[in-house]
Amino acid sequence: MDPVFLSRLQFAVATMFHFLFVPLTLGLSIIIAWMETQYARTGDKVYLQMTKFWGKLFLINFAVGVVTGITLEFQFGTNWSRYSEYVGDVFGSLLAIEASVAFFLESTFIGIWIFGWKKLSAKAHAGVMWLVAIAGNFSAVWILTANGFMQHPVGYTIRNGRAEMSNFFEVLFNKFGLLEIAHVLPSACLLAAFFVMGISAWHLLKKQHIDFFHRSFKIALVFGLVASLLTGFTGDLHGTHVAEVQPAKLAAMEAHWETKSSAPIIMFAIPDEDSGKNLIEIGSIPGLLSFLGFHDFNATVRGINDFPADERPPVLITFAAFRIMVGLGTLFIILMVYGWFRREKLMESPLFLKIMLFSIPLPYIAIEMGWVVAEVGRQPWIVYGLMKTSEAVSPIAGYQVMISLIAFIVIYGLLGGVGYYLIAKNAVKGPLPVKIHVKN
Amino acid sequence: MILQTIWFFLWGLLWAIFFMTDGFDFGVGTLYPVLGKSEEDKRAMINSIGPFWDGNEVWLITAGGVTFAAFPKVYAVMFSSLYTPLLLILFALILRGVAFEFRGQIENQGWKRIWDLCIFIGSFVPALLFGVAFANIFRGIPFDGQGIYHGNILMLLNPYGVLGGLLFLLLFMLHGANWLAMKTEGDLHERVTALAQKIWLVLVPVAVIFLVASAFATRLYDNYIKNPAFVLVIAISVISLLIVKFFLARREYFKAWCSSALTIVSCTFFGIIGLFPVLFPSLIDSKYHLTAFNDSSSPMTLTIMLGVVVIFIPVVIGYQMWTYKLFQGRLSKEEMEY
Ligand code: HDD
Ligand code: HEM
Ligand code: HEM
Repeated sequence: MDPVFLSRLQFAVATMFHFLFVPLTLGLSIIIAWMETQYARTGDKVYLQMTKFWGKLFLINFAVGVVTGITLEFQFGTNWSRYSEYVGDVFGSLLAIEASVAFFLESTFIGIWIFGWKKLSAKAHAGVMWLVAIAGNFSAVWILTANGFMQHPVGYTIRNGRAEMSNFFEVLFNKFGLLEIAHVLPSACLLAAFFVMGISAWHLLKKQHIDFFHRSFKIALVFGLVASLLTGFTGDLHGTHVAEVQPAKLAAMEAHWETKSSAPIIMFAIPDEDSGKNLIEIGSIPGLLSFLGFHDFNATVRGINDFPADERPPVLITFAAFRIMVGLGTLFIILMVYGWFRREKLMESPLFLKIMLFSIPLPYIAIEMGWVVAEVGRQPWIVYGLMKTSEAVSPIAGYQVMISLIAFIVIYGLLGGVGYYLIAKNAVKGPLPVKIHVKN
Repeated sequence: MILQTIWFFLWGLLWAIFFMTDGFDFGVGTLYPVLGKSEEDKRAMINSIGPFWDGNEVWLITAGGVTFAAFPKVYAVMFSSLYTPLLLILFALILRGVAFEFRGQIENQGWKRIWDLCIFIGSFVPALLFGVAFANIFRGIPFDGQGIYHGNILMLLNPYGVLGGLLFLLLFMLHGANWLAMKTEGDLHERVTALAQKIWLVLVPVAVIFLVASAFATRLYDNYIKNPAFVLVIAISVISLLIVKFFLARREYFKAWCSSALTIVSCTFFGIIGLFPVLFPSLIDSKYHLTAFNDSSSPMTLTIMLGVVVIFIPVVIGYQMWTYKLFQGRLSKEEMEY
């Protein structure tokens, strides 16, 4: 039982599970804060009803998000202790700052939001939700900055046998981290928008609570349209930066084996790592990869075979995950633009509503695939160019990790099952009548 | 030197605040099966901590994060050598966190009973295991110069470790009972106050035994012999514990709760001061001890983090106090629903 492999698996399970809940928290908190603000401004009861209905789904999701985050915070120490010793000086401080400036705010104010309906005025109560939304997104900024350091370490020097901070601002304004933030936050809004639109579509198809869900759908549509365009745009920027600083990842993302100029994009391929080439290639567009990576059709793009064998990431997974993400991203833009033109005629577009209903899981898939590209494509490095994943693991026995991994899978499996069951149950129930009992 | 010393005590302070705040949540959760007879009792107990527990738990995350930032090697060795107990604590906290949210979602006895159990486990297990873990840290952990742990989870359950677990558990139960006494009324209130007195009677001998046992099982007292002024901290913990009884008898529950909070903080500092400057002592050889001076982050990181903490921790304390004020007093009928 290899502790490296098991720890990787455990980390992947724990983060990917955490990230099933994170993006909905990030995006939906903003949507709800906006709805509640409308209520506070206009006194329109439907907005209060929206706040309560979507808020209930939000809280179930939030609970699972919080509890799965806590295990992550400690997993760097439990499973990646060599890593923690090596980069703690830079990386640890980002996590500590995240907790002290964001998590406190988020967790304290969500308690006030849940229990404070009768203690606060409508405006103050909406303000509390804004604080929750801002804090959540702010926490994402810090953890993504931390991840950005692992992807592209900057602002450090090697001293005393470890990476020590030499320039805090370089760490904060690491371009890689900023691009992650710019890509992940809109993708989270996109996911939340699809969640709201999908559930609304279900009720609209059943022709119930039409006014409520039509309005919810339209609010989410605006978020979704903007977010889908932003996600695609920042994703493209991200790609060019990856081409610059992580050439091996780029090559894996594109299954690009041999170094050449005016490199093509291949739409579909079956990469084979043993022979170092693609078994099947369909739809090759010459020069496009050079253009997308370096904005020059003739640029030379390094191929995977150009890297030492022990510095190549898994190609098939990275390639496939990237294809799925970008394919879905394109689909989302199409759906959102189409939806925008049909926004007043939703009831006459049952097919579109049906598509939106069945699209709920798609952003989840895209977002997880995005992380797979970023994290698997970074292998074998845990900190790009500095430390290998295999050197980072704690000196613990494999069986210990095996037991905890099984515990993670069992507990998270149950947690996820129950969580989504409750979300679905409440979503199907529809909005409840509200009495205006907020203190004024 | 001075930066590292400051960070050592800040580190201790964060753990102390965590035990003081989430401590009463753990206490309430541990007493939950004993006191929660009817659905109203249970609802009252849950809602009494409802607005607070999540914010309180962040003190744990911050304590962990600050260990990582200021003493990376301690973070690495501590959490990898305490792998199994730490994960048990985390899994328990997971159950507690979702139980509060999930329990009320379905009106069904069996469903509620599952989450009732999770609330208990999620409070009892961390209360006990944090005690066991910290007592073992006071005593020393068998790890070598490579940070490799030579032991197993059963070794943590040595008599001193178990004693520490018991001490924490009882402290938190008392603290939680004081909290409930302050927040509830009627029959539940009567039962809580009676129980608080009983817990106190058991806690006092356990605390005394722990203080005595520390002289044999640990080297904590060395620092007190060197600097007798610090004995004051021990005196505060003993006196504040005695005062709890006094306030309970006078039915001044807020003051009783403040006293038990002080007991918890001063007990934590009893250990922290005794350890100084060691954060994580090795039982194998004192040359492997991880100390504030040989295992801290760079001065630059410590300075930046100090700035962050000095600005934000008071802000956090400020708005958390505001929360306590907003939800102060006994639970009203309206607050009984969710
Ligand atoms: C892009 C966003 C993002 C990413 C990549 C991560 N998280 Fe997360 N995390 C959040 C965004 C977030 C959040 C939105 O702020 C959460 C999700 C649900 C919630 O309630 O807060 C949260 C909760 C959360 C909590 C509980 C906080 C609380 O009690 O309020 C902890 C301790 C962590 N996370 C730690 C981590 C660690 C160590 C990660 C890296 C491996 C990580 N998160 C990845
Ligand atoms: C929440 C979103 C994230 C997801 C879904 C995710 C996904 C993954 C996956 C799939 C792996 C396994 C890769 C492999 O072993 O081949 C991994 C590894 C890892 N990631 Fe992430 N990751 C996320 C965020 C982060 C962040 C924010 C950090 C750091 C701040 C991080 C640090 C790590 C570490 C330390 C490993 C272990 C080493 C390794 O196996 O590569 N991850 N992650
Ligand atoms: C529309 C076209 C898209 C493009 C061109 C694109 C591009 C990229 C690139 C190049 C990366 C790799 C970054 C790295 O290696 O670290 C990435 C990562 C990622 N993508 Fe996308 N993406 C697109 C759509 C989406 C969509 C629709 C989602 C989710 C709803 C998404 C979610 C993510 C996430 C979560 C990551 C990992 C975090 C990060 O590195 O930023 N992406 N994307």
